[in-house]
Amino acid sequence: MNTAEIPRRDLLETMVLLRCFEEKIVEVYGRQDMKTPVHLYIGQEAIATGVCAHLRKEDYLVTTHRSHAHCLAKGADPQALYAEFYGRVDGCCKGMGGSMHPAFPDLGIIGTSAIVGGGIPHGVGTALASSLRGDDRISVVFFGDGASEEGTFHESLNFAALKKLPVLFVCENNGYATVSPLFNRQPNPDVSERAKGYGITSYCVDGNDVEAVYEAADKAVKQLRQGGGPVFIEAKTYRWKGHVGPGEDWKTGARDREELEQWKKECPLKRYLAKLKEDGVSASDFDALVQKTDAMLDAALEEARKSEFPPTEQMYELLYRKGGC
Amino acid sequence: MPWTAVCISKDDSLRFEQDGHRCLSYVEALNEAQRQALDSDPEVFLIGEGIDDVGGVFGSTKGLKEAFGDRVMDMPIAENGLTGVVSAAAGVGMKPVLVHMRADFLPMSMDQLTNHAAKWHYMSGGQTSIPLVVRSIIGRGWGSAAQHSQGTHSMFLSTPGLKIALPSTPYDAKGLFLSAMQDPNPVLIFEHRWLYDSVGPVPEEMYAVPLGEAIVRRKGSDVTIVAVSQTVQQAIQAADTLAEKGIEVEVVDPRTIAPLDMKTIMESVSKTGRLVICDVSCKTGGYGAEIVCRLAESDPALLQAPVHRVSFPDLPTPNSPVLEEAYYPGVDDIIAAVEAALS
Repeated sequence: MNTAEIPRRDLLETMVLLRCFEEKIVEVYGRQDMKTPVHLYIGQEAIATGVCAHLRKEDYLVTTHRSHAHCLAKGADPQALYAEFYGRVDGCCKGMGGSMHPAFPDLGIIGTSAIVGGGIPHGVGTALASSLRGDDRISVVFFGDGASEEGTFHESLNFAALKKLPVLFVCENNGYATVSPLFNRQPNPDVSERAKGYGITSYCVDGNDVEAVYEAADKAVKQLRQGGGPVFIEAKTYRWKGHVGPGEDWKTGARDREELEQWKKECPLKRYLAKLKEDGVSASDFDALVQKTDAMLDAALEEARKSEFPPTEQMYELLYRKGGC
Repeated sequence: MPWTAVCISKDDSLRFEQDGHRCLSYVEALNEAQRQALDSDPEVFLIGEGIDDVGGVFGSTKGLKEAFGDRVMDMPIAENGLTGVVSAAAGVGMKPVLVHMRADFLPMSMDQLTNHAAKWHYMSGGQTSIPLVVRSIIGRGWGSAAQHSQGTHSMFLSTPGLKIALPSTPYDAKGLFLSAMQDPNPVLIFEHRWLYDSVGPVPEEMYAVPLGEAIVRRKGSDVTIVAVSQTVQQAIQAADTLAEKGIEVEVVDPRTIAPLDMKTIMESVSKTGRLVICDVSCKTGGYGAEIVCRLAESDPALLQAPVHRVSFPDLPTPNSPVLEEAYYPGVDDIIAAVEAALS
């Protein structure tokens, strides 16, 4: 791919948004009024950014309990997310879903599963709908390496390949399922090898290199839009924070600090900034971008907290969708 | 009304035919309902293991593949994954029907049904709904044993967000299915293999039997029998026999156990003061337990005698014909239960 075709500034801005959005959560979480278990994405920003840059608004996106970044990269309103995390009526799910179940149907995000592997068939299902309807929407489904151990992973890949469905599987292989390392769980560290067994076009990329992800996703999305059947991308990366909450695993003894420090050197933002220096982006430009983004998020968070809590009746009203016979 | 009738014998349905009513078997009614649903809406599709086999799921899907092509699709042996696939297709507005040849295979779908489909509308703050219909069939006899004859409906009762229907007549088999197809929520339909050949009046046009509305199948003043699925036929037979002894039994068929029409059941029990509950699954944790508890919660004085349940024992189904015979309750057991309630 010609580097001139890569929207470098957009990629940088999206990664900064994803990072600052979550750093804000780290900042306020100790106040204990954001009562939802947050699963932070810090360190993995290049993946959501590089993939979602290729998606149209109407394309479907399926995410997991670690969902914030995918929603934001698809265009979700940060304030609607923050309000949801605060359990407010202005949240993207009126306070019914919290951090693990965001939904933005207008952006093709119809709901989010927090059961590991539970969402993988959903991306295949939206792709099946597109295929039966003959529309040109594609679906992308994000999941972690842990989900590749679930039956739904195999069931979904098999069916998508069988029906040649327009779905992009993105495995964010960060090496851990809660605190269990990959080598304790799987005999082969390359999840994408299994996708090949189903006859699915597969790429394995450096998940901390946003342009590597962008280029793989470019090839994948072109194949999907041309009706070439499903594609699988494995992006190798590392999660800086613990499985849940703003803390870090080395503090609990679950991981070595040294391992984290090594990966911090591979920070997707720092690496990209170094590359963009060729384009004349300076450290002060970057700092200004961070400050601007942070100020926007500060305002979004404060507005979110001003929203009302939902009325109690809401939980009864939302059990069934009204209608039918 | 012919639509409320339960035809026990061929003579019953012949009488309706002579009166100008078209009669179909339960399986023909199901087949017609699916054909009409597929015909009326291009977003409807059917999927299930062996759905396009020559047998066509005991005849219920026979001929549909030929008529509707890719909208009637065979399914890999992957019940949970595919339940997730069709749920998401429903989530973007399609109208899938998932068919399990046996109700025993439904627990394979349980994660996607109970953790996902049932809760999607709720978790999304009302933005997404899952208009999914899942058909499954309760088996019985011929040594079907412990994994091909269960009524698994009670397992799903404690999951808010699901609707559960158990049609007992050909009329309801079609009407409840078409109602489920119009419902924007996930609906599980439990059919009974032993009802497939039963015949009764079924209108040709599309119609709906509302979910959540019980029906009084037979009026009586002495004892109320609440029965579902195949046990409705048995309850009617028991009631006919008891009538010869001067005992008037009222038979109530809830038709859906979620939502459960307690109003109709309460009205009947208010009148009779005595209650027998019949089910096609094990006793413990069945829908009958829920009915009795709700009665006790609202007005325990309504019951003038102990409640009796006619269900399968709390055992897996055995294979040997001798054991099978002992395992399944029959009309005589219902008669005995009514007599016990009166004694």
